[in-house]
Amino acid sequence: MTTLAAVQTPYTVPTAMMDILQITLLVLVAAGATAVVLIRAHVRQVLMLSIYGVLLAVLFLAFQAPDVTLSELVVGAVALPIIVLLTLAKVRKREQ
Amino acid sequence: MTPGQRRWIFVAGGLGLLAFYLWGLSGLPGFGNYPGPYGPAILRVAVAQTNATGVVSAINFDYRGFDTVGEEFILFVAATGVATVLRMLRGERERPALDEAAGRDVPATSSAVRMVALLFTGPVVLAGWWLASHAQTNPSGGFQGGILLATAFILVYLSGEFLVFKRLSPADLTDVVEAAGAGGYAAIGVAAVAMSLPYLTDFLPLGQVPGAVSSSGTIALISFFVGIEVAASFILIIGELLEQTLLIRQEG
Repeated sequence: MTTLAAVQTPYTVPTAMMDILQITLLVLVAAGATAVVLIRAHVRQVLMLSIYGVLLAVLFLAFQAPDVTLSELVVGAVALPIIVLLTLAKVRKREQ
Repeated sequence: MTPGQRRWIFVAGGLGLLAFYLWGLSGLPGFGNYPGPYGPAILRVAVAQTNATGVVSAINFDYRGFDTVGEEFILFVAATGVATVLRMLRGERERPALDEAAGRDVPATSSAVRMVALLFTGPVVLAGWWLASHAQTNPSGGFQGGILLATAFILVYLSGEFLVFKRLSPADLTDVVEAAGAGGYAAIGVAAVAMSLPYLTDFLPLGQVPGAVSSSGTIALISFFVGIEVAASFILIIGELLEQTLLIRQEG
């Protein structure tokens, strides 16, 4: 099986450092997802969801997927929380 | 069924899931190893074939362009669905976008929110436009750029009034732009067929310099159409939700 020759970049990050970064981010994402599930107050939950979106975006960046990072930033951190917030507002108004 | 029996079924199911999960994990390639032939193959030929240095865009809008047409129309149908479900129903009425509860203190938008929203609107439009029009050179594309463009409209809503948001994005206009974006993508594919090429073949000149903005032929054009389609459908969805929240009331 052929592997790609290493791409020459002006800077190189040691593999061990990259591993530490990726593991740290994986743990943070797991913690963030757990927090989203555990938080019961709705508005706080939406804020946590947005933070979780940012965490996921950084994770994708560390795993060399910058295009997915951009998608996750705009969808996970902005679009989804806005839609959930608006739905919450609608439901609350009806309850009043 | 008693709770005890249910628990046993859960335990059996959970153990089965665990077994299959571990079996699946044991067959995975090592962390960070990619054994497939597709990635290295496409990296070797993509830039030379398409003159697009944003190889992800080259895959999305050219090699797997047909796939992306489907995704495009998923969003289109989703926006149509939201507009249909959230239309005004019998027994609901629209009320003016004013607070009518007497004696309730409505906090005005704070000047901090207003300031931040105003400061961000311009840069967000610029970034969205840049992302949507630079898919061929960078890891970006119409999808990301389109949502950012829509976010600029949401900032307008945050900084000012719902009415300004509505005036900037009348439903008729967003409908037309959304349809033009989705249809434009499909039409590029049909244009290739009209030239007796396979559907979605890149028929435009690829340009001389790989990675130039004018390079990559239809990849850049498709990304642009995707950008305006995504922006319009997202504005439509948010607009419908805002209307539901702010304007439409149950009669009674």
